[in-house]
Amino acid sequence: MVRSVIDVSGLPTYAFGSRVTPWWGTLSFCLLEGTGFALGIAGYLYLAVTNTHWTKDAVHLNLVWSALFTIVLVVSALPNFLIRRAAMRESLRSVRVLLLVMSAVGLVLVGLRVMEFSALPVRWSDNAYGSFVWLLLGLHGVHVLTDVADTLVLTVLMFTRHGTGKRFSDAEDNAFYWYFVVLSWLPLYAVLYWLPRL
Amino acid sequence: MSPAAEERHETRDTDLGGEELRARLSKTWGTGRGLIGALSTVDHKIIGIRYAMTAFAFLLAGGIMAIIMRLQLARPDSHLVDAELYNQLFTMHGTTMMFLFGVPVGEAFAVYLVPLMVGTRNIAFPRLNAFSYYVYLFGGLMLWGGFALSIRPDVGWFSYVPLASLDFTPGKGPDYWAQMITFTEVAALAVSVEIVVTVLKQRAPGMTLDRIPLFVWTMLVHSFIIIFAMPAVMLASSMLIMDRLVGTQFFNADAGGDLLLWQHLFWFFGHPEVYIIFLPGTAFVSAIVATFSRRPIFGYLPMVLSLIAIGFLSFGLWVHHMFVTGLPEVGAAFFTASSMAIAIPNGVQIFCWIATLWDGKPVLKTPLIFVLGFFFIFVAGGLSGVMLASVPIDTQVHDTYFVVAHFHYVLIGGTLFPLVAAVYYWFPKVTGRLMDERVGKWQFALAFIGFNTAFFPMHLLGLHGMPRRVYTYPAEMGWGGLNLLASAGALLFFASFLLMLWNMVVSARSGAFAGDNPWDAETLEWAASSPPQPQNFDRIPYITSRSPLWDQGDDKAVVGGLKVDERELVVTSITEARPDIREESPAPSIWPFLAAFATAVAFIGSIYTPWAITWGSPVVAIVLVAWFWPKTIEENV
Ligand code: HEM
Ligand SMILES: [Cu+2]
Repeated sequence: MVRSVIDVSGLPTYAFGSRVTPWWGTLSFCLLEGTGFALGIAGYLYLAVTNTHWTKDAVHLNLVWSALFTIVLVVSALPNFLIRRAAMRESLRSVRVLLLVMSAVGLVLVGLRVMEFSALPVRWSDNAYGSFVWLLLGLHGVHVLTDVADTLVLTVLMFTRHGTGKRFSDAEDNAFYWYFVVLSWLPLYAVLYWLPRL
Repeated sequence: MSPAAEERHETRDTDLGGEELRARLSKTWGTGRGLIGALSTVDHKIIGIRYAMTAFAFLLAGGIMAIIMRLQLARPDSHLVDAELYNQLFTMHGTTMMFLFGVPVGEAFAVYLVPLMVGTRNIAFPRLNAFSYYVYLFGGLMLWGGFALSIRPDVGWFSYVPLASLDFTPGKGPDYWAQMITFTEVAALAVSVEIVVTVLKQRAPGMTLDRIPLFVWTMLVHSFIIIFAMPAVMLASSMLIMDRLVGTQFFNADAGGDLLLWQHLFWFFGHPEVYIIFLPGTAFVSAIVATFSRRPIFGYLPMVLSLIAIGFLSFGLWVHHMFVTGLPEVGAAFFTASSMAIAIPNGVQIFCWIATLWDGKPVLKTPLIFVLGFFFIFVAGGLSGVMLASVPIDTQVHDTYFVVAHFHYVLIGGTLFPLVAAVYYWFPKVTGRLMDERVGKWQFALAFIGFNTAFFPMHLLGLHGMPRRVYTYPAEMGWGGLNLLASAGALLFFASFLLMLWNMVVSARSGAFAGDNPWDAETLEWAASSPPQPQNFDRIPYITSRSPLWDQGDDKAVVGGLKVDERELVVTSITEARPDIREESPAPSIWPFLAAFATAVAFIGSIYTPWAITWGSPVVAIVLVAWFWPKTIEENV
């Protein structure tokens, strides 16, 4: 005999935060990418400690562009917070406006990152220090770029007929990932720009 | 929407029953026809079977490499292959076995079985799952395609720099090697994320944490190990390829880099790798021992705790590299340390299995026989590990055939024997037919005798001083007899796999019908039909115990209220598995295949020009947008 003991027909078809599967997927990706960042930093520190050339090679990096980048990035946490809130309230208008803001901020950040690269005093091929600077900056840059691209697509999506229901959950998830992009930058910034100056 | 369509969209599983429910659901969850349909499928069972078949093909290919090596070594002063080809052979053999067979075959079983065992209709992120398979396939084809075109890495399975750096190895071989690593790791990482989310969020209602089958627990720990270990090797292989292609200096000591950096990064992954390969084997053993003992595994809680301990400790081993600096020792100490330090949780597991068998009424079917073979060989491998670890012996035998013997005992004992057991055990679920038992027992005899004849003499050869990685040896050394014996054993062992292949082919066509639960097992995959319907279960089971199929009587508790004509599945809370959402599971799509293809082209291109990444990225990006863009308005609600 088959006996129905629970009825799920009344359950919602989407929700927010840790209730849905994409949130856990994003969290898992943050874990594995975070591990990648941590190992990259560990490799940098390993060479800084063991390599005798390092002090000579580790030229100080330009502080201007990186400071701008960092400030804009940290401040972007605010509209990001608001997006999450608006998405969870399913307020289409606010989400649209805020997504436009986040897209603009994202594009500015990409531009700043490009300036950061062009202001680097070492090339990746000069020495291992240079290689690491380019690697870490690039690795984080890829994350910025990916999430900005994702934000742009989402923005367009929210202005089409698809901007309903579950897409709010996507917007919330996208904002969640942006926090990772912000947080992962802080240790990188400290190591790349300030550690050699100590 | 017309009223009829409206009604169609609202039909729930509680409105229908029997054959009609089954037919409607299987239409909703089915895979399209033709080539496009096949390439678009997101059914975890179809993808799982593809993973398994591909991994088996690579096992065969790696095995053939091994056989060629053994033929070469069967006699002294042999000229079947020269030194160069021999180096390529052991590199391809080791690489294929570790990356293209060992890791993916575990993924294959996880992808097929975990959703069934937790009682859901598909894996989490099914399109990512399809993508991961194609990435793996392309990575493997690339390495072997390169081999066929004489682009052959020859620097060993762990590709040590400086050996692998541009100055020493100017050809493209190591580049193919490094890109293949990246490909297979991407695939493994993707599957791990899917498994983690499937286990945490898609368990059938009522399957609380302490009702999760041990197989599933094992795969969960396995996935977490991959999530934390694989980024290291991806980083390392990317750095290696950048050193070789765009002139970075990560490993170049003359420009501030460091060779040991490679070692640290590689072994940060390399130690857990042993467990990444080994844990699926223990998952099979847990399932099989319970079924054929006719009782649940003794000591569920200690089993789960030791699994988690293994997860953590598998990383701890890496620390010893901070102390071991000489290159050769690293290689020698590797498998030893791996099998030593985790002795306690491993011991707990073995104890629990044996206690289960002791207390139960073991039925000696082929799967259980192979599991017993696993116990024997694995313990023997552990013993030779202890010998290796004791210092005086170690200085004598490191980098000799003693090491080769030891790690094949661990790897083959720990993975291949449980794997064969798993094939016999789940074959009836996958095909609906049982494999032949008599052939199975012959296969075991052949495998067990062949394996020990092949690898036991290698211990003695090692003690007599025969180094590993030599393509030949002079007759005066007196190693000829034992080598001939080892080669004969290797042939027997290989033959045992051909026998299995034959058994599989014949049984798939004309084996005895299995029915849903031929072994009278306890876990949910046996509640599905054999082979399972595309929807896995017509009604999502409601779980009230750890051994659902043993504890339920004729009265089957199920969940009601899912839509029949849409891909809906139940998402539950993490610990209690309370039903929370009816989530839509993605439909078939060709885009994951195209994304994998574009990625592969960009990556292979990058071996020849860095611009391939520049031009490839926008293409990949466009394909990804197409992948994620909703196709119908219904997808949004
Ligand atoms: C038919 C069964 C097998 C035979 C006859 C065999 C034989 C061999 C031989 C002759 C070598 C080269 C030894 C040397 O010259 O140093 C070797 C190396 C190796 N084998 Fe196997 N093998 C078998 C199965 C496996 C399996 C199933 C795995 C892993 C899952 C494996 C992993 C390795 C590894 C990692 C190496 C080291 C490669 C290197 O030195 O870079 N083998 N094997
Ligand atoms: Cu080690």
